[in-house]
Amino acid sequence: MKTGFYPGCSLNGTSPEYAQSTLALSKAFGITPVEISDWSCCGATAAHNLNHELAVALPARVLALAEQQGFSQILVPCAACYNRLSVTQHALNGSEEQRNALAKTLQMPLSGKLRILNVMQFIEEFIAEKIAEKIVTPFAHKVACYYGCLLVRPHSVLQFDRPEDPQSMDALMAKIGATPISWGYKTECCGAGFSISRTDVVAKLSGKIVKDATERGAEAIIVACPMCQSNLDMRRPHIDSYLKMKTSIPVIYITQAIGLAVGISRKELGLEKLFVPAKNF
Amino acid sequence: MSEKKELTSEIRAATGVNVNRCYQCGKCSAGCALNESMDYPPSVVMRMLQTNSAESFDKTLRSQSIWLCASCQCCIARCPMQIDIPRLMDYLRARALEKKTVNRNSKKIVAFHRAFLDSVKYTGRLYEVGLVVGYKARTLSLLQDLSVAPRMLMKGKLPLIPERVKGRKLVKKFFQP
Ligand code: SF4
Ligand code: SF4
Repeated sequence: MKTGFYPGCSLNGTSPEYAQSTLALSKAFGITPVEISDWSCCGATAAHNLNHELAVALPARVLALAEQQGFSQILVPCAACYNRLSVTQHALNGSEEQRNALAKTLQMPLSGKLRILNVMQFIEEFIAEKIAEKIVTPFAHKVACYYGCLLVRPHSVLQFDRPEDPQSMDALMAKIGATPISWGYKTECCGAGFSISRTDVVAKLSGKIVKDATERGAEAIIVACPMCQSNLDMRRPHIDSYLKMKTSIPVIYITQAIGLAVGISRKELGLEKLFVPAKNF
Repeated sequence: MSEKKELTSEIRAATGVNVNRCYQCGKCSAGCALNESMDYPPSVVMRMLQTNSAESFDKTLRSQSIWLCASCQCCIARCPMQIDIPRLMDYLRARALEKKTVNRNSKKIVAFHRAFLDSVKYTGRLYEVGLVVGYKARTLSLLQDLSVAPRMLMKGKLPLIPERVKGRKLVKKFFQP
């Protein structure tokens, strides 16, 4: 079965290491997700903040393109895109009228039956079983698995993991030899799209996350969302000045962590692109 | 009285949310990560809508809270009545834009969203440099945030050439009302 790949704007711009490591990991396990040709932006937070119709139409174009190009399932590593695409498909399935109208505007099929996989679901389905036999260097570190908001909420739509204290990432990390810590900030908001417009809010919210992870002895924060990653990583100078302490815990994508364990090179995984260096990994 | 009825039913018609089902337990505010930065906590916004007075409604439309809501969905996940506050916030934002009552201290947030969408409108995808330039032009905050740009460039995290989607004409059409 052909799996489509929707990188979305973040993976295509500010977080190339997430795309790189996802594709490198897939390749190591013999899978080649195919990029959806001519994909466009899902609208992200901006669209549903300003314009409800746009917030449906933009993701709908992506869903329709995927269907037209013959994919029955797509991998969407960005948690924000995964959320927007899933919420839109769910909404359109609730209104046949709207779905048909959009299919007509788009002049593409829109059956509403696409399987939309986030990165954990993808790894669970295609990679997890074979991880054990491929491990070269166990990832023997204490880690804080940070899920953020958009992977697990709203649960009624996404039906993925559980909205409080989710476990899927912890289970995958344990498979590569890591010790996931128990902590309170797994699904607390990092400040999301306020990175530029309200950097102070991001410093504060992300600061609490970095602080709790650090204090509980985690050596790395593991993430599956480019927005969370860049808030926790690129905004570290702001975070540190909010916390009034120098923190050094790196923020590593789950695809990079598993990639390292199965022996993919640091370069291929884009580890040097992290702002807070992941030296000890 | 007739006006009273109108407000809550208007909200319900537009969003599907019946604000009167909220019994003010406060769980939404307790869990809201943005609560501390808001002028009215989410449960208070709910209460203001319940009062049904035009004055309170107007206050919500002028609040910072509606712009600071990050749509993190924590409130609805924990609300015993499963009240869709994030959907209400979307609605209140739309009304505030329409009525031009955007909170003064939240204009930067709106400017950011607008600059983001402008970029998508013309190319079909986000173009970060264009986004930042557009945002700065809208907010006149020319020097803010330039500190991360050089490192981003160095790490290949800031592409300088916009990508154009072939289907961008259609994408642009979505933006027309
Ligand atoms: S959690 Fe629900 S019922 Fe409780 S105050 Fe908030 S909206 Fe009202
Ligand atoms: S969705 Fe908005 S109101 Fe609800 S918890 Fe998140 S930030 Fe607060």
